[in-house]
Amino acid sequence: MSEIAIQAPTKEMTVTDDVMINMIGVHKWYGEFHVLKDINLTVHKGERIVICGPSGSGKSTMIRCINRLEEHQQGQIIVEGTELTGDLKHVEQIRKEVGMVFQHFNLFPHLSILDNLTLAPIWVRKMPKKEAEEVAMNLLERVKIPEQAKKYPGQLSGGQQQRVAIARSLCMNPKVMLFDEPTSALDPEMIKEVLDVMVELAEEGMTMMCVTHEMGFAKTVANRVIFMDEGQIIEENEPNEFFNNPQNDRTKLFLSQILSH
Amino acid sequence: MSDQKPTHKLGEHPDWAPPSITIGAVGWVRANMLSSPLNIFLTLLCGYLIYLSVPPVVQWAFLDADWFGTNRDDCSREGACWIYIGFWFKQIMYGRYPDTEVWRINFAYALLVVAAIPLFVPSFRWKGWLSVFLLIGYPIIAFYLFVGGSFGMEHVETPLWGGLFLTLVISVLGIVASLPIGIVLALGRRSDMPVVKAICIGFIEFWRGIPLITVLFMSSVMFPLFLPEGMHFDKLIRALIGVMLFSAAYMAEVVRGGLQAIPKGQTEAAEALGLSYWKTMNLVIMPQALKLVIPGIVNTFIGLFKDTTLVLIIGLFDLLGMIQLVGTNPDWLGFHIEGYVFAAFVFWCFCFSMSRYSQHLEKKLHTGH
Ligand SMILES: Nc1ncnc2c1ncn2[C@@H]1O[C@H](COP(=O)(O)OP(=O)(O)OP(=O)(O)O)[C@@H](O)[C@H]1O
Ligand SMILES: [Mg+2]
Repeated sequence: MSEIAIQAPTKEMTVTDDVMINMIGVHKWYGEFHVLKDINLTVHKGERIVICGPSGSGKSTMIRCINRLEEHQQGQIIVEGTELTGDLKHVEQIRKEVGMVFQHFNLFPHLSILDNLTLAPIWVRKMPKKEAEEVAMNLLERVKIPEQAKKYPGQLSGGQQQRVAIARSLCMNPKVMLFDEPTSALDPEMIKEVLDVMVELAEEGMTMMCVTHEMGFAKTVANRVIFMDEGQIIEENEPNEFFNNPQNDRTKLFLSQILSH
Repeated sequence: MSDQKPTHKLGEHPDWAPPSITIGAVGWVRANMLSSPLNIFLTLLCGYLIYLSVPPVVQWAFLDADWFGTNRDDCSREGACWIYIGFWFKQIMYGRYPDTEVWRINFAYALLVVAAIPLFVPSFRWKGWLSVFLLIGYPIIAFYLFVGGSFGMEHVETPLWGGLFLTLVISVLGIVASLPIGIVLALGRRSDMPVVKAICIGFIEFWRGIPLITVLFMSSVMFPLFLPEGMHFDKLIRALIGVMLFSAAYMAEVVRGGLQAIPKGQTEAAEALGLSYWKTMNLVIMPQALKLVIPGIVNTFIGLFKDTTLVLIIGLFDLLGMIQLVGTNPDWLGFHIEGYVFAAFVFWCFCFSMSRYSQHLEKKLHTGH
């Protein structure tokens, strides 16, 4: 995979001691198939974590457990002090605070860009429409496409759609953002515009977990890189060590494969 | 071509009109009717068939037809006698509804039209409230108007209802009720809860598995057997409930088809934003799914509208039933054809309007994806 040049962060990004997400001994099965095996991970406020690993290693499944798009069957997941259980109240509470961006954008095609952004603030946060639209316009400004507000998702390029998707999540003012391969459905020239938005978000102190194979992004923005294989966290380290001095053989193999492309 | 000198500089080619042979009426005829030998043959064949069939129909229905008169002696019998329809018009429209009370039906029609017009005005701002009125307020008003017995209006029993009026009552109620019930059934059938799912599947498969005629017979013959002695339950209401549940089962499967076509990512994105199940369905999934299946929904509506003619077999006289009834009048024997043609015409007008409206709706809701 080629590396996309990333604008270097201009601000110091700080990590605090507050625990944002805590996964303790998490297991998950799809039928007989053991996808997640004893996942233990603590994410602090302000951390930018990049998760990589071969296809099918359970990266998506792991981050989707954090807002319960997937249900884990053993262990504990605690987000901002609230534990994810069968209790729908807890689930909805956590989903309000956790934003997610998908590989295929998943914008709502029947709503205009502006309505895509204001839907959740109005119906979940009970924000007045006027105010929600102001917030939305500010965010579209931030992802640099305010002129598209009245269009429909089908009329936008992939890069623009993904930036709208990021803005849509930000409208809920989340405390954590989860990204599941946000750039892998995009052409190279669009990847950069999306990554730039993500870098800015990191600079503003957003806690982020990002499944991506954009190693340039991992090197410049992440404070920790996690390598997963066969449903386990095999290795985690700060990016410099991770890329220059990988410990595990599987990590070495994986890195040699993606860097040689 | 090569001897034609370029009249423009390189890179500044002006816009030319397309060759006349590919556009306009000529282009259309060439492309659609004369594009191949087979096509030419079919065009000629169709032309011949039209020549054979259309002129006699026009002759019968318009040129030789009798339009003015008051009784059957005014009919020349050379073509259609539309005097027959005019003579029985009141019965065909309202059944045996009392003459002096027919204004109540007309008033309800007028109210419906007046109330519905603003829905088609794009700048009208209270569409939501108006829809609520049309769905809840209007039926209540219409009920009191039709049934009477209060506000100084004479009570009109449902056996007196008939004609187009009865057709509209049954089909509009069936249509309006079947969509929401169908939506709930479709959602239930896709539910994760096994009991809800089983109930919905059972319901849908039961009603889809039996013919509407059977449903109507059961509602009029069998159902009263299960009622306690002396309890009376209006025949029309029983038929209405039967028609509603029957068409709701069909509607459920149409809606489910639409739900199936919406990618899972839509639900996930909505849920990730914190929307509850019902909000996700109402705001994100249903608007998309229903838009996709507008043709199927309207198809079911049209089917239901025409199926209402079956109520004849349980002794309710809808438009078609009324036409058949007046056709047996000894003074007016021999005008069946006019009656059926008129019935077909009325049904066609309603069904075609529904079809056109659905096409309009599809265009309007298209957002380019
Ligand atoms: N709904 C499901 N039912 C059964 N198996 C599933 C389901 N979803 C995922 N899996 C399996 O679980 C494993 C992990 O899937 P996951 O999507 O988490 O992988 P991933 O690391 O995100 O891979 P990729 O890089 O291809 O996105 C895969 O082997 C996949 O086939
Ligand atoms: Mg994945």
